Amino acid sequence: MSAIITARNVGKRYRLGGALRHDTLRDHITYGIQSAVAFMRQAAAGRAREKPGLFWALQEVSFEVEPGEVLGIIGRNGAGKSTLLKVLSRITDPTEGEINLQGRITSLLEVGTGFHPELTGRENIFLNGAILGMSRAEICRKFDEIAAFAEVETFLDTPVKHYSSGMYVRLAFAVAANLEPEIMIIDEVLAVGDTAFQKKCLGKMETAAKSGRTILFVSHNLPAVESLCHRCLLLEEGRLAAAGAAAEVIRKYQEKIQEKAGAPFRGAVFIKSLELRNPSGKPAQSFGAGEAITAAMEIDTGGQEIRTPYMGLGFDTASGQRVFTVGSYLSPDTLPPVRGRARVVCQIPAPPLAPGAYAVTAGLGRSNDDLLERVENAAAFRVIESDFFGNGRTPAPEQGSVLVRSRWAVDGV
Amino acid sequence: MNFAELWDYRELFLFLAWRDILVRYKQTYLGVAWAVLQPLLMVATITVVFGRMARLSSEGAPYAVMTFAALMPWLLFANTTNAGSASLVAAAGMISKVYFPRLIIPASAVLGGLLDFLVWTVVLGVLMWIYKVEFTARLLLLPVFLAAALLAALAAGLWLSALHVKYRDVKYVTPFLLQLGAFLSPVYYPAGLVPARWLGCYSLNPIAGAIAGFRWCVLGPQFEPRWPEFWGGLGITCFLLVSGAVFFRSTERTFADVI
Repeated sequence: MSAIITARNVGKRYRLGGALRHDTLRDHITYGIQSAVAFMRQAAAGRAREKPGLFWALQEVSFEVEPGEVLGIIGRNGAGKSTLLKVLSRITDPTEGEINLQGRITSLLEVGTGFHPELTGRENIFLNGAILGMSRAEICRKFDEIAAFAEVETFLDTPVKHYSSGMYVRLAFAVAANLEPEIMIIDEVLAVGDTAFQKKCLGKMETAAKSGRTILFVSHNLPAVESLCHRCLLLEEGRLAAAGAAAEVIRKYQEKIQEKAGAPFRGAVFIKSLELRNPSGKPAQSFGAGEAITAAMEIDTGGQEIRTPYMGLGFDTASGQRVFTVGSYLSPDTLPPVRGRARVVCQIPAPPLAPGAYAVTAGLGRSNDDLLERVENAAAFRVIESDFFGNGRTPAPEQGSVLVRSRWAVDGV
Repeated sequence: MNFAELWDYRELFLFLAWRDILVRYKQTYLGVAWAVLQPLLMVATITVVFGRMARLSSEGAPYAVMTFAALMPWLLFANTTNAGSASLVAAAGMISKVYFPRLIIPASAVLGGLLDFLVWTVVLGVLMWIYKVEFTARLLLLPVFLAAALLAALAAGLWLSALHVKYRDVKYVTPFLLQLGAFLSPVYYPAGLVPARWLGCYSLNPIAGAIAGFRWCVLGPQFEPRWPEFWGGLGITCFLLVSGAVFFRSTERTFADVI
């Protein structure tokens, strides 16, 4: 059988950072002058010209997809998954390489594209269907099915701005789920709606997969990827790190995360070190559930003074999903101005993390939106089972990555 | 140019125009009446200021009808150019999430303006009846000049919308250019006021040609367009249209990255 998708050496390059976007002509002119000056300086110093802030979001990615295959795409945030989908669905052109598609491709990068709040549910079904590539006749034929799937039959003639967010999302997904493209791209859509609706969506995907449709499925939900996909691609820093049977690639991915998390902290420019300590003040890599964690950081601002330092720590699961973030700016405390070396200590008295492996991302900024540095995987640790709830029980891993105490009683009879 | 693909997406094109029309007067108290009120209020103001106070000649025609016949192509051009210019940026959400030929966005903005125009033709008929202007067979030629105005709007829409994606300056430049354009075209006054030695150059303006055509069809031979310049203006429109389409196609691949 010949491939339905062929990607050969696909690469996509972006300019890095907001500072290089030219929203107005003036920026473009200033940038032009700046780079001309920089070029002359470099030329005067006898150095070769360096490419300014270019960044490869994808590089040398090649793969083939057979018709009817369900292909999973996994990787950390920023590994290039979304860029790959954008390139595959022709939203943006690759900088190099080529892509061959045999058939209609529909991406559900985000459902509800083109929804207009002033239009009614009925009008939006037609509009959204057309945007996603359905013909009018096709939408008419499927209209009842879509409305029933979304469970909004009685509100079809109400403008969607009066819909609850749940109804809105259901309607948007219903249109997308009833598409019949040859190739379907699904990115994290399973995160929408309540549990019952999610089950319905998964069911719809399974039928689509069984009916021989080609599906590309991007998700952080590794169990879902493993159960739905035949094959899997693992992206890492824009490159294809692994490809093959889903279970195998997922295992490789998990190993890599563990490896990376275990690697010693490499000093960055401002944040020099980060150490996690247990309640007795000793460096530790495992904590009981609910046990206090103290993060001790060394920072060095060099000659410059940071008048209002903003420090933050993000806690991610092994699959890269953020569980929570703590920050000096999110606490009652204010850090004093810092110049040169300083030691910053953050105490988290009762982190509600469920047993499992976690990684810490550290950040330092001058204000909330002026980030100086961000160090991913600055530290890694495990939370081990302990008697968090006081009854010796621990929830199963699929019940979430936070532990929350609750009280229960019978009220009346 | 991939015409086969554009043809495949004709339904989306129509749907987008349909959406623009549906949404345009939602949540307004007067609704579609705005389509009539806008030109009528302009006609009243222009007639009083230029016809009565400045006493400009209307070459024997009722000033109000002469003005309305000019406002029809002018407002069609100005409104659709304005909408077309902002259309891609307004559709940023769609562009960064779904593939379709981007060309249909500015094109559907132009189509959306046609509905207002249809309403105006009724108003024109009423005005002609009130001012006892004779209905002649020349009126059947109106679609030719309508097409000239639409093509000019599409050409402007292609250029401006593609530039708008990268340079947000366009947002401020477009209304300004249109204000200037209203004075460089015979909207408020008859073309006969323009000094004869500039008239040739002046008439090359494609919109001036369309306006002259409208007045000629509605009011009679004293407004007949200068044909060589009319065709020249149409040639300019076609050049801008083709170059606009080429420019649009060459920049469209990066719209999703910069929008």
